[in-house]
Amino acid sequence: MDMNLTLKIWRQKNASDKGSMVDYKVSDISPDMSFLEMLDVLNEQLINNDEEPVAFDHDCREGICGMCSLYINGEAHGPDRGVTTCQLHMRMFKDGDTITIEPFRATAFPVVKDLIVDRSSFDRIQHAGGFISVNTSGNTIDANATPINKADADTAFEAATCIGCGACVASCKNSSAMLFVGAKVSQFALLPQGKVEATDRVLNMVKQMDDEGFGNCTNTGACEVECPKGISLENIARMNREYLAASLKG
Amino acid sequence: MSGILNSSIGRKFAMALSALFLMFFLLQHFSINILSVFSPETFNDVSHFMGTFPLVQYVLQPVLIFGVVFHFVMGFVLEIKNNKARRISYAKNNGGANSSWMSRNMIWSGAAILAFVCLHFYDFWFPEINTKFIVGDMSGLVDPNNAASGYRYFEELQHKFVDLWRVVLYVVAFVFLALHLLHGFDSAFQSVGANNKYTKGLKRFSKIYAIGIPLGFIFIAVFHFLNH
Repeated sequence: MDMNLTLKIWRQKNASDKGSMVDYKVSDISPDMSFLEMLDVLNEQLINNDEEPVAFDHDCREGICGMCSLYINGEAHGPDRGVTTCQLHMRMFKDGDTITIEPFRATAFPVVKDLIVDRSSFDRIQHAGGFISVNTSGNTIDANATPINKADADTAFEAATCIGCGACVASCKNSSAMLFVGAKVSQFALLPQGKVEATDRVLNMVKQMDDEGFGNCTNTGACEVECPKGISLENIARMNREYLAASLKG
Repeated sequence: MSGILNSSIGRKFAMALSALFLMFFLLQHFSINILSVFSPETFNDVSHFMGTFPLVQYVLQPVLIFGVVFHFVMGFVLEIKNNKARRISYAKNNGGANSSWMSRNMIWSGAAILAFVCLHFYDFWFPEINTKFIVGDMSGLVDPNNAASGYRYFEELQHKFVDLWRVVLYVVAFVFLALHLLHGFDSAFQSVGANNKYTKGLKRFSKIYAIGIPLGFIFIAVFHFLNH
């Protein structure tokens, strides 16, 4: 059955605007729509009324790119588990519901407009060390030629599934980015290709994370629960070990 | 090594180490206090040893006080830093959907424990320091001029739990301690990087510790209130 909903949405003209919550009504929303499609319906309605549409991030709409964000009814990516907002379906809501939609909140994720936040702090953390240096002069060794323990390869791959959406930061009461950085450190720390630069990587990435103004992890575990890719807290523990060992090395 | 305490992970690590130290101390404190229920004489003997043995008095006690102060100060420093990391709060936040109440309110349970520590110092530590180092009575006796009067520790303990209000305050404080430990115990291990195949078992043990130790302290306070 189609639904009629009340939406409470954060509207903010630009980065310097104060912003406020604004109420909207949408009707005839199919339970099979994705959450972003429901927002498309709202925006068409707003455009038809000569009003400014709500700005929100999206790209692949397949749960892969990590662009869509949104804090929906008090949870990053809404009430469903293991999904991004584009994969959240309206069947998770009931006719007559009021849905509160806000941008991800963190000092390190400033609001650009409405529901769009600037997550380039994640990019700068990646630039600080989330890579391996490979000589591509023609004698590059095929990665598959390097024997890797299956369990390590699987764990590294699981860490590498992090799409950098920022739900961990948004969900954490401290706006900590440690699950994201933990995943990015872990995916290399477990593989021989990543060990060469392991010390500099973890020191530089953690420094950049701190410089960006993210909070301290207090192990609430909210990030793990809200992560659309199910990134485990084990990655934070591994980063802690890597960091402490790297600090001792110098 | 330089600047490790200026990093988020370094501070976490230091916080966890002080927590592990305090949890070990709590177990030791409980082990001595529970003796007061079963054997006042043994409790007196052990208390006198702990109160006069130089290694305990002049090395372990200052380390303990440093650990307590460090844990509280660092806790509040981290809370202030964390609040700065999100200057605008959510209009609607469903924290209960993804984390425990205990984990989200460590600062409040910690503040309640700090208030209790102040009362506990007022009740026991300051009078003890006064007797030993200001009055200069290191004998530990009820009457310092009469060796037959016996040690004073058990009597002082019982005397403190005569008032119902104090027993109620202690019980409430131990409930907050249990709430703090329910998150803090295994969180400390995660912070030092220990998340492995033993984590599940550790979490089970942490619940036993977090509930068992405060419950034991409550039992001791109520026991002495009822048996004075």
